[in-house]
Amino acid sequence: MGKSIVTIGGGIAGIEASGILAELGYAVSVIEKEPDFGGKLKNWDHLFPNMRKAEEIEDYLSRKGKTPGITLFPNTTIASFENIKSGFVLKSNHGVSYSAHAVIVATGFEVFSAERKEEYGYKIYDNVITSADLEKRLKSGTPLTTLAGKTPQRIAFIHCVGSRDAKVGNTYCSKVCCVTGVKQAIEVNKLLPATQIFNFYMDLRMHGLEHEEIYKTAQEKHNIQFIRGRLSEVSENIDHSLLIKAEDTLSGRPLKMNVDLVVLLVGMEPGVGTTAIGKACNIEFNQYGYLKIPDVHLAGNLTSRKGIFVAGSCSCPMSVKDTIEHARSAAFEVHRYLIEN
Amino acid sequence: MNKLLPEIFIWPFIIGLAYFSIIVLYRFVRWTLGLSKIDKIRIWKGLRSRKTLDSAIEAFREGLLHRKIFRTNPVLGYMHMSLAFGWFLLIVFGHFEAVAYKGSLSFPVYLPIFFRFFVDGIETYPFMHFFASLMDLLLLFVLSGVSLAYYKRFNKKLFGMKKATRLKSGDRIALTALWLIFPLRLLAESFSAGQLKNGGIITQPLGNLFSLFVPLELTTPVTWLAYSFALGFFFVSLPNSRYMHIPAEVFFIFLRNYSVRLKKRVNTYSLVQVFSCSRCGICLDTCQLNLANIHTQSVYVLKNIRNKNLTDEVLFNCLLCGKCQQVCPVGIELIDLRITQRIESTLQYNSSYSYLAGGEVKQADVVYFAGCMTHLTPSIKKSMLQIFAYSGVDYWFMDEHKAPCCGRPLMQAGQYDAAAVLIENNQQKILASGAKKLVVSCPICYKVFIEDYNLPDIKVQHHSEYLFELMQMGSLPKRLTSEKSIYHDPCELGRGSGIYDKPRKLLSNYTSLIPIMNEKEKSLCCGGSLSNIKIQMSERDIITNNALDEYLQYSPDSLITSCPLCKKTFARGNKIMVKDISEVVAASIVQKNKSNACADKKVLEQAL
Repeated sequence: MGKSIVTIGGGIAGIEASGILAELGYAVSVIEKEPDFGGKLKNWDHLFPNMRKAEEIEDYLSRKGKTPGITLFPNTTIASFENIKSGFVLKSNHGVSYSAHAVIVATGFEVFSAERKEEYGYKIYDNVITSADLEKRLKSGTPLTTLAGKTPQRIAFIHCVGSRDAKVGNTYCSKVCCVTGVKQAIEVNKLLPATQIFNFYMDLRMHGLEHEEIYKTAQEKHNIQFIRGRLSEVSENIDHSLLIKAEDTLSGRPLKMNVDLVVLLVGMEPGVGTTAIGKACNIEFNQYGYLKIPDVHLAGNLTSRKGIFVAGSCSCPMSVKDTIEHARSAAFEVHRYLIEN
Repeated sequence: MNKLLPEIFIWPFIIGLAYFSIIVLYRFVRWTLGLSKIDKIRIWKGLRSRKTLDSAIEAFREGLLHRKIFRTNPVLGYMHMSLAFGWFLLIVFGHFEAVAYKGSLSFPVYLPIFFRFFVDGIETYPFMHFFASLMDLLLLFVLSGVSLAYYKRFNKKLFGMKKATRLKSGDRIALTALWLIFPLRLLAESFSAGQLKNGGIITQPLGNLFSLFVPLELTTPVTWLAYSFALGFFFVSLPNSRYMHIPAEVFFIFLRNYSVRLKKRVNTYSLVQVFSCSRCGICLDTCQLNLANIHTQSVYVLKNIRNKNLTDEVLFNCLLCGKCQQVCPVGIELIDLRITQRIESTLQYNSSYSYLAGGEVKQADVVYFAGCMTHLTPSIKKSMLQIFAYSGVDYWFMDEHKAPCCGRPLMQAGQYDAAAVLIENNQQKILASGAKKLVVSCPICYKVFIEDYNLPDIKVQHHSEYLFELMQMGSLPKRLTSEKSIYHDPCELGRGSGIYDKPRKLLSNYTSLIPIMNEKEKSLCCGGSLSNIKIQMSERDIITNNALDEYLQYSPDSLITSCPLCKKTFARGNKIMVKDISEVVAASIVQKNKSNACADKKVLEQAL
């Protein structure tokens, strides 16, 4: 067929969509700003709902990345974007030009920077970490301790940090953090059975066939306590343990608790790359800063410009599973577009 | 001279003037009687003091010359000045002329007003030509203001104003009458001059011209009658229009100089201030709520209070940033007036604060009160504790664990009774600590400690002042970085408390501050204000982002403020690094410790 495609972003969505298109016979160039491919997946330890190792998906993607027809360009960013008659010409930071009949934007998301929720004390207090930090720690296999090296007696997981919170400017639900919080609580309980674990939530959004079961198991088998109430603030005690203040909205009472470790379940935000590429390609954003799709039901992979497609979490928060499905449908949309044009 | 209707045509004016005088006098008496006993004593004492003379001078300067309007808007100032001062001079010199004419002080009240109708050019009296021309020039002066007023209604931009106040019917009658008075007077005097040859340098040539083609026998009395009606209508409509501000403002100036103050309760003094608003509209353009298309500005609140149709939507949709008060040419206490009105309009909750009783009190030199917003921005709290430790201050962190509210958010929301309970509780604890100083990290708290607490012999300081003092005593390290910063004045600390220079002087030891257009008295509100309980989050965002965009034009490395709420609000915009002044100071301490540690290490290595 001889038509060429440029995919911006070499994470899960970018590799998956590119792999399929390469199998269909297109020449696909994958642009990735990092030295390696796979996006944020390489930071995750186990994936919900079946707790498989994230490496299994990584392996799958690295095989996919080797499909004949794919060329990977690491350490590359797009410096300019131009329209030509047959499609687009993209220029990289290395001065290389890529011409494309279609472009897939798969620039992914950014983890909410928890410093912006200052009252939770991230990067101010020693023992406040994010779910992304915890995932890295779990993956590294080192024992989970406080900064001083003590085994935590009590851990609090805080849901909805940077999501559903007008005060940080994000009113939407990030979809994956509820189940991540429950998953991580179970994992920690398995590692440290003597540690008390509390999850502070607004409501638990356990959509998906198996998620509700995970939640039930967490309570029954892993003795994890769920407290309905949003955290108001964290302060540090002299021994670097943490005093958290919240309201238990089921009992209707204010609550104070000393814990050794606080894990903030950070939500998703549009990535810096998404914003930059979207502007460069001159495509529209939605009110939340993600790339705008023209029809939520029928055109989930299209953008406001013909020939530019979207795959994965640069259009809205998505789990790994959803991202792969979204990437596949993006590949199909690109294929249809290239046949018709 | 024989006149057609000398007695009848003056009556509209006489009736109008009488009605006006009775109503205004009645209001002055009612307002005075409605004041508290202490205020009445203040007035009584003030009457015989220098304050009376000062008030008269101020009334002359502001009520007639409109000096403050001049300063903010020269064209608008000229318009008000030519109308008010010009008219005043017309009346004064009109009376002089009448005295010169009569040779005595006894003449009917209408004589100076309709002088050229009654006095023929054949009659002579001292300085008659001088008076005739002077009155013409004064009339011209007033007419220049009137024509600007016409023009303003149709073209606001000449005045650099985006908005003008909306009119209601009482205002419209008064305005129309006012606009007609002086052109009619010019016409009437010209017509009379055509007949009687008594005009000045303007009216005489005009009269000569009119006499060529106008039937003066008919037009002269009709125009004088119309002039009288215009005056009469103006005086009758004045008490129920915005022009009531003319007598009310003079009254207000005297009361203010006699030290009458607002007291968190609606009384006749707040009413005097409401009536003193001229609805000039200067407060409209300065309000940042315009950006979010919200129209609840002070001029509308005062108007609604007068018309008894104030709603919560208007009253509570205000950031209380104080920008309008800063520019108000009449000096109305717009913030306190709004808070007072909120207290009046709010159902007082019967809150129980029994849990506040007891609790430890520590003896210390300094009481530190962080405030709830500081607890939500813990890097400020951490910085302050670091600074206390570094400077070896003996302090008690009053709201470290059990954090009572300072009371100001309740006060701003109109919950006076609840605020009073908190204030009483905190006051007792602060006094029991034996401290000589109270350091506060939040300007919102700072203001209530200054205004509503009774803390004799205890110096209340915001931490920016306190840190400045420590710096002057040499208790803080200095470390100038190459960073360029913008200092954002928090509303409550800047306009609210007048603290502008100390934070800047303190910061000059650490960073170079970029001078910006809207700073100090003109500083912008961050949009986070606790006192607006009606505004939408998206509307706040518009205000915040607008302020941030203005700051970003100067490409600063960081934005420094001294209010936890401003910091939090700007950080939410996620556009620039935002720091509190205490963090800037504390960062230098960390640096110093580190360099000390390095030096120690080197010494150690050398020793080994």
